[in-house]
Amino acid sequence: MQAGNLVLLLVALGAVFYFFGWRRSYAVSAPLGGVRHLHSLPGYYASLAAVWCVLPALALLGLWLIIDDAVIRTNLMASLPSSIQPANEVDYNLLLNQIRNVAGGALNPAFVPAEVVAAAEQLVAMQARNQQMMSIAFVSIAVLGGVWGWSRVQPRLRARQQVESVMKWMLMGSATVAILTTLGIVLSVLFESIRFFQKVSPVEFLFGLQWSPQIALRADQVGATGAFGAVPLFAGTLLISFIAMCVAVPVGLMSAIYLAEYAHRNVRAWAKPILEILAGVPTVVYGFFAALTVAPAIRGFGESMGLTVASESALAAGLVMGIMIIPFISSLADDVITAVPRAMRDGSLALGATQSETIKRVVIPAALPGIMGGILLAVSRAIGETMIVVMAAGLAANLTANPLEAVTTITVQIVTLLVGDQEFDSAKTLAAFALGLMLFIVTLGLNVIALKIVKKYREQYE
Amino acid sequence: METAQKLNDTAQTNPAARMAQEPETMNQRIPYPERTIGKPLCDDPKMSMRNVDVFYGDSQAIYGVDLDIGKNEVIALIGPSGCGKSTFLRCLNRMNDTIDICKVKGSFMLEQDNIYDPKLDVVELRARVGMVFQKPNPFPKSIYENVAYGPRLHGLANKKFELDEIVESSLRKAGLWDEVKDRLDQPGTGLSGGQQQRLCIARSIAVSPEVVLMDEPCSALDPIATAKIEELIDELSGQYTIAIVTHSMQQAARVSQRTAYFHLGRLIEVNDTNTVFTAPEHALTEAYITGRFG
Ligand SMILES: Nc1ncnc2c1ncn2[C@@H]1O[C@H](COP(=O)(O)OP(=O)(O)O)[C@@H](O)[C@H]1O
Ligand SMILES: [Mg+2]
Repeated sequence: MQAGNLVLLLVALGAVFYFFGWRRSYAVSAPLGGVRHLHSLPGYYASLAAVWCVLPALALLGLWLIIDDAVIRTNLMASLPSSIQPANEVDYNLLLNQIRNVAGGALNPAFVPAEVVAAAEQLVAMQARNQQMMSIAFVSIAVLGGVWGWSRVQPRLRARQQVESVMKWMLMGSATVAILTTLGIVLSVLFESIRFFQKVSPVEFLFGLQWSPQIALRADQVGATGAFGAVPLFAGTLLISFIAMCVAVPVGLMSAIYLAEYAHRNVRAWAKPILEILAGVPTVVYGFFAALTVAPAIRGFGESMGLTVASESALAAGLVMGIMIIPFISSLADDVITAVPRAMRDGSLALGATQSETIKRVVIPAALPGIMGGILLAVSRAIGETMIVVMAAGLAANLTANPLEAVTTITVQIVTLLVGDQEFDSAKTLAAFALGLMLFIVTLGLNVIALKIVKKYREQYE
Repeated sequence: METAQKLNDTAQTNPAARMAQEPETMNQRIPYPERTIGKPLCDDPKMSMRNVDVFYGDSQAIYGVDLDIGKNEVIALIGPSGCGKSTFLRCLNRMNDTIDICKVKGSFMLEQDNIYDPKLDVVELRARVGMVFQKPNPFPKSIYENVAYGPRLHGLANKKFELDEIVESSLRKAGLWDEVKDRLDQPGTGLSGGQQQRLCIARSIAVSPEVVLMDEPCSALDPIATAKIEELIDELSGQYTIAIVTHSMQQAARVSQRTAYFHLGRLIEVNDTNTVFTAPEHALTEAYITGRFG
């Protein structure tokens, strides 16, 4: 049986043992005078039986799937006739692939030596036997475990504690998986970056003003030496993020103030969801909105005023990114503004302040740390945003502060570096990892600071 | 009086029966008076309220209250929780305007001015009628800025030294100056609860109000801080008209000259504080001050 089917079968078996555990807990409690004489509720005994059925079997399946391939391979290669025994590692892999392809039907047996065909047949047989053995072992472990769990159902068994601790370990396991994955990603980015920095010096990368990541195919090619100075990318990223924040912060903040302080309950009831819809628009939609609508409009407008505007101007990308971030800022700011206690407002109003004076002098200053935290989170989103800039910002790494020119960003360059055929150890490819690492460090730093500020602010009113 | 007597008898002869009685059934046995008992009106009122009804949405919280608050007197508003003391107090500086569903009816005069006149500027009103809240609510600003807040709003000081003077004299009046004069630039939220409440009192008297409304100003404070505030109210009583809501009858007795007893939105009895606590006229008042409900 396939592993997937086995898992389905296991679910069914677990349910069966749950049922039997349940039944038995009632059975053993009957002579005592009812379930209240059991140590735990029947559900716990039933769960324990099901857990004994499911977990050991799952563990076995996992182990089996990890090692069976290696075992089959070693056995197979050892059993080959000496005439085709590979001499070295390359041959070994070649032969193994051949055998596998024949076995899988991808290679016509007529093209390979008879020994290989024989080995392929043997492989098929071994795989079938492996499947069989796995199914048998799996089902017997499941049943044995279930029976063991079922047989342990006794009035004095501390089933509740055992189920609780199983739950705890399972939750802990999931958390660990998430953390380890993150760690793995970070480490792999880090190691690839280190490889990059062995080819290109960190000083050039961090302070170089020239970005043109091509690598020569021939030694005498024009422009053969790639340049990996990332400053234009940092500058472009900052420029676009800055434009985005210029749009998002005032609009987002003011809409939050309106919603939190002035809007009637009914207005708030429909305006907030609409803002949240804005947050749910996929960024690729914003991207083509920027590229197809906003950029041409800005260009047309600029030209009518006699300005030269690049068709992929930083302004267009920044504006649209700003619109994307508005709901983010406004909902965070709305949260912190409404968290300012009503007593603050009352205190100010009772002194004869008008509503706008109260907002300006008490509510906003009180909410400011939280608002700043929200803005920092928004900046880190703007810096990491990819789709809009890929579609609307340029590819040319210009070092400029003019929002009407085309600039490029870190994320855009990562995408272009990795699109298409790559050599995995060329500086060009590895540069993407170095850029990714930079991005990661910056956004992580911003998020940590922002969360600290927001948290501190929360504590203030608890 | 008769009903009250009967109630008293049952209570004394059979305490268990008394325990079993729901407060509501007790209330139903004692009818409300036709009109407020005692002396709800004064000769020389600072504020005078007539036929006050207050509604929250469809439910009525205040029923036809008539009350005068005399010049420079301290009047205590007492009564069981939910009887409308805060609601009534908040009408006096129109803080109820901030609650959408709250509708206020009746006439409210502050000397010659109609408080609910649409032409009256609520900003000016609140400068004349200040308020201190149940929970100390200093702004998250420095002690100095907390006190300077009102004077700045109303442009009471043109120069820095004038503002300094206002801040100092307000803090002195609130009895806080000596404790905070060396740390005026530190946040007001860092003071102790009692100091915070005195800061709030300083903040409200910094705009030289004529009336100060206090809604259970000591209910969040410990006994020592409470004693300080009571002392302070006593000192302020000559210069300001003060209306104070309190749950503590001792406090009402200590600080006020007149006491008004509210019950389920009705003003039952108003009298000299002494009279209310020694010889209450109405049975409901008596039941309350002898601690039978609260
Ligand atoms: N904001 C409000 N919305 C609706 N009902 C309220 C509100 N504030 C007070 N009430 C109601 O009005 C009545 C009087 O309340 P309140 O004036 O706070 O009483 P007190 O201060 O005497 O304890 C209570 O029944 C209360 O439920
Ligand atoms: Mg109250």
